[in-house]
This record gives sequence, C-alpha cells and structure tokens, in this order.
Amino acid sequence: MQAAPESVERVAALRDQRALRRGVVISVLASAIAIVFAVSLMVGQTFYPPADVVRVILGDDVAGASFTVGWLRLPRAVLAIVVGLSFGLAGVAFQTMLRNPLASPDIIGISEGASAAAAVGIIMFSLSGTGVSALAIAASLGVALLIYGLAYRGGVAGTRLILIGIGIAAMLRSVTAYTLSQAGQWDLQEALRWLTGSLNGASWEQAIPAFFALVVLGPLLLGASRNLSAMQLGDDTAAALGVRVERTRLLVVVSAVGLIAFGTAAAGPVAFVAFLAGPIAARLIGPRGSLLLPAALVGALLVLVADLLGQYAFGTRFPVGVVTGVLGAPYLIYLIVRTNRAGGSL
Amino acid sequence: MTTAVSPPESGVAILRRPTRVRLLWLLVVAAVLVALAVASVAIGSRDVTWADILAGVGGSIDTIEQAAVYTRVPRTVLAILVGAALAVSGAVMQGVTRNPLGDPGILGINMGASLAVITGMAWFGIGSAVGQIWAAIAGAGITAVLVYVLGSMGRGGATPLKLALAGAATSAALASFIIAVALPRGDISANIRSWQIGGVGGANFENMQHAVPFLVVGFVVSMLSARSLNSLALGDDVAAGLGERVATARAAAAIGSVMLCGAATAVAGPIAFVGLVIPHLCRLLVGVDHRWLLPFSALTGSGLLVAADVLGRIVARPSEIDVGIITAFVGAPFFIAVVRRQKVREL
Repeated sequence: MQAAPESVERVAALRDQRALRRGVVISVLASAIAIVFAVSLMVGQTFYPPADVVRVILGDDVAGASFTVGWLRLPRAVLAIVVGLSFGLAGVAFQTMLRNPLASPDIIGISEGASAAAAVGIIMFSLSGTGVSALAIAASLGVALLIYGLAYRGGVAGTRLILIGIGIAAMLRSVTAYTLSQAGQWDLQEALRWLTGSLNGASWEQAIPAFFALVVLGPLLLGASRNLSAMQLGDDTAAALGVRVERTRLLVVVSAVGLIAFGTAAAGPVAFVAFLAGPIAARLIGPRGSLLLPAALVGALLVLVADLLGQYAFGTRFPVGVVTGVLGAPYLIYLIVRTNRAGGSL
Repeated sequence: MTTAVSPPESGVAILRRPTRVRLLWLLVVAAVLVALAVASVAIGSRDVTWADILAGVGGSIDTIEQAAVYTRVPRTVLAILVGAALAVSGAVMQGVTRNPLGDPGILGINMGASLAVITGMAWFGIGSAVGQIWAAIAGAGITAVLVYVLGSMGRGGATPLKLALAGAATSAALASFIIAVALPRGDISANIRSWQIGGVGGANFENMQHAVPFLVVGFVVSMLSARSLNSLALGDDVAAGLGERVATARAAAAIGSVMLCGAATAVAGPIAFVGLVIPHLCRLLVGVDHRWLLPFSALTGSGLLVAADVLGRIVARPSEIDVGIITAFVGAPFFIAVVRRQKVREL
C-alpha cells in the first residue's frame, strides 16, 4: 500500500512534535530541579547569598555557611534528589511492567518491606550503613517474590496482586510499628521516618549509599526502557519484537527493588512518590515514549518541593512524607475513580 | 442468581444448622471466652496468685500483685466490648455489601473515625469522651459512604475487589491526613501511635462507660436488621420480591454497623481484620443465618481480641504488643487467602 506523501509528512511532523515536547518537558523539569535545589541551599533560618553557597560547594571555608550549608542543607537536598530520582524511576518501572498505575512499590508493600527491615536493623540490631541497606534490599526482594508467588495462579491478575500486596503491607507496617515501640522511648521523629518518610537529620552517611545505588542501577533501568515499552504490548508481542522478556523482567525487578531499598533505608518510604511520579510524567509528555527519565525527574522535583514546603510553609515542620502523602492522597482516590469508570483491569 | 430453582441439599444444610448444634457451639464459644477473660486477668508481666486475682477483681489494691490484676480488668472488659463491636460491624458490612472482604479496617472506616476524632480534638477542641464518640461515628459514616461510592462506580457495581481497593486507598490517604492534623499539636502527636494502631492497653472505665450506650444501640440495630440481611443475601431483586424495602433495610443495617465501629475506634483506635476473620469463621460454625451469625460473631470477636491482647503481653514480656499489631498478623494472611479465592479478570 502506497502512503500518500502528505500523510507521511504528517506522521513525521507529529513525531517531531512529540520529540520536541519530550525535550522541552525534560529540560523544564531539570531546570526546575536545579532552581529548587539552589533555593533549598540558600533559605532556612539564616539566608545565605548564592555566592556563599557556591564557595561552600567549591570547598572554601565560609564562617557559619560551611556548617549550615555544607553539613545540614547540602546533604539534605542531595538526598532529596537521590531519593526522588530512585523512587520515581522504580515506581514507573513497576507501573509500566505490571501495566497498572496502582502497582507501584509503595502501594504493594515493597517500600514497607524495606522500611520494616531498615527499622529492625537499626533499632533491634544496631546496624548501620551497608548492613541496613543489605537487609532492606533482601527484605524487599523477598516481599516482591512473596507477592508475586501469592498472586500467581496461572497468570498474575493486576487487582489480585495489588490487594495481596496491600495485605502484606499491612503486616509489614505492624512489624515497623512494633519495632518502633520496642525502641524504648517512642521517638516521634524516628517513628515518622519509618512510617511516612522524612529527611530530617539527613547526613552524608545516609546519602552516599543511596547515591551509589542510583548511579549503578539507574542506567541499568534506563537501558531497559526500550524493552520495557515493548513489553507493554504484551509478553508475546514483545518476544516477537526480539525482547528477551524474562531477562528484562528480572533486570527491571531487581534494579527497581534495589533503588527502592536503598532509598528507603536512607529516608524511609516517602509516601506516594513512587506512585505519583509516573502518572504525572505521563500527563506531561503525553502518550508514547518511555516514561522512565521524566518520571525520575518528577520524583526528584516532588521530594525537593515537598521537603521545602514541609520545612517552611507551615507553622510546624512536617516531614516530607506527610506532605507527599497529603498531596498524593486525592490523586490516589481520583485514580481509583477513573479506573473504575473506565472498566480498567478491575 | 435470580432463578427460582431451590438450592442444592448441601446449601440448605449450611443455611440451617440444627438448633442443637448451634446451641452446642454457643456454649463452647461462651466457655472459651470466659476462659480467655480469666487468662487475661491472670496473665501479664507480673505473676500473681489466685488469691490476688480474686482480691484484685474485687477492687482491692493492697499489694502490687492485686494492683496489677486491678489494672488488667478494664483492658479485658474493653477487649471484650471492642472485639464484639468490630466483629458484628464486619459481619453486617459483609451482609450489606454482599462482600466477603467487608471489614471496618480494610474498608478504611476505622481510619475515618480516627481522623475525625483527631480533627475534632485539634481543630474544634472536642475533648469530652461523648463528643469524641460522636465525631468518630460521623467520621466512620462519611468514610463508609465515600468508600462505597468509590467502590461501586463503573461496570459491575460494588464488587468485593473494587470495594477493598477503594477502602485500602482511602485508608492510606487518611493515615497521611491523621499525621498532618496531629503533628502541629504536641499534646496530640505524642499519642499519634495510638491513632494509627489500635490497642486496649490504655483502657479505663471512665471512657468506656460513655461508649457503652452507643455500642448497645449499634448492636440492637444490627440485630434488628438480621432478618433483612438474610433477605438481602439472596440478591436485591429476590429481597424486594420477598417484600423487603431494600434501600431502607440496607441503610438501617449500615447505620448499626457504623455506630459499632465508630464507637469502638473512639475508645481503642483503629483495629483491622477482626471484622473480616470472625464472620467467616462463624459462618463455618453456625451457617449463614444472620440471626445466629451476629451474636456468635460478637462472642467470638470478643474472644479473639482478648486472646490477641493476652498473646501480646506474653510474647513481648516485659513490655507488650498492641492488639492492633497482633490482629494484623492474624488477619492479613486470612485477607490474602480470601483475595486469592476471588475470581478476577486476568491481566
């Protein structure tokens, strides 16, 4: 069949338009992250002008600013970006792979698994650093396997998997709550970190393992994005297109769970970031094209902005997870409404 | 299921267990509950003698042992009340929505009650026990309607899985709001834990006595709805054909259920899964007739919560585990088992 030249042109124009839109969205997101990052380094109890901040980052010794910016604000902002990128990336990878926006790791219990493991490791066994991360990653992989195994009955149905995940998440939250109650003094800040996620008291020690996990696993996931998009058409179609389905799935699950585990071990299960980033990114760049990179950027922007709001916008200092939780809650409800209306996979 | 064909023999057998069998089970369940209640008063982080127990229950606090027993009495009573309320509430919810996953915890209704109490305390200065119970019931009612509307949108109406999903989402959303409302208030946020995970450790008769009238009314309303719930179980069309005013009956039963779980949450915090597990167990014992199912659920629910409380005190000696944590551990696997049995469209 011979396509008319004008329709070829129109398809090409549409493709260019999409690529342009994608490019614009990604650069706008990246610059927004840079701006909010800079602002979060400058503002606080004391305001430091950009010149001071730059000098601190370059390693100069600036009275006052060196400590406040170098040891308090910088690790916090860096951790916010690292955690946001990790959660956004891992969340959208799960949502794409399971073809259901509700199947994000923070809804089906994987984040809760990492959180419970980290809380147990830190409070019960006084672990730190690598030990906590290892425990978190083992636990969340175990949870992922368990949910998949329980949901598998000659095929995995989306709704069944999500509800089983919700049941597991309820148990894991109990583990976290019990562990916290055994900590002797019920420490509200510590509790909030493991229940909803918080960046309060963020340090380089927490940020560095999560950063390296992102550097290693992030590119792996991004590299799989083409295969992942093909798998959205169904496993058989993807295999026919030359995708090694099982290998891709394993790679995606392990990297995404790893990102969640390292991020959660550092900042707790920051509520709904993994869940929200993908759908927001999809709205921004429109249909088609991989969502992985835009969703990661949306995640980072969400965490940065939510942390800034939580710290300074209200009379009380809210941990970042409470802000994202309250922002995400209506969207979660809206998504349920929309899925139910459309028939969806329910 | 609108055919007029009579159900198969086995169905009739389950529907109508002989009264003898039911009475026997009633005795067994009551005896177990009494035994558990005694255990609850006798077992704790401090060992006590029988003499201490008798004296302590009688109100004597002369020795430390007697005082320990004395403080175990109110929490035992609270566990009995709350367990019964949640179990009956769950049984009615399962009947009203014809949904095996009905439970005030899973559907997010307890969290709604919790949020309403916290908001009432933080924003409107509601400090009295009765005010808190009213707030909890209002919150539970609003959440119940919201979750039902969310879950029944779209094709197929309120299917069990859609309702459970809507409930879990609402529950997660409300949990975030609870922290957001409580955190700015130091006096409330110190107790944030008790509004996220239910327990009976802080029981006192002062608060309980205010809840009792609400629980009694809720139970009576539920019991009066038992017959209509039996009709509703046959499907709305058949129930209407049998002369039931379907909407009214459903609303009345729902009000009873909401009162029970609202009042229970106001005194003990959100406790999930009791209302899910107990009615399923009781159906195995006495069949699906709600006139028997509801009182049975009450007794068994009390037993479960008292047992969970005792277990929480034994496992973690010398400290204790909140009942809300234990019920999640018992109930979540049960929830997963029920989900696995549901048929859903494959992905």
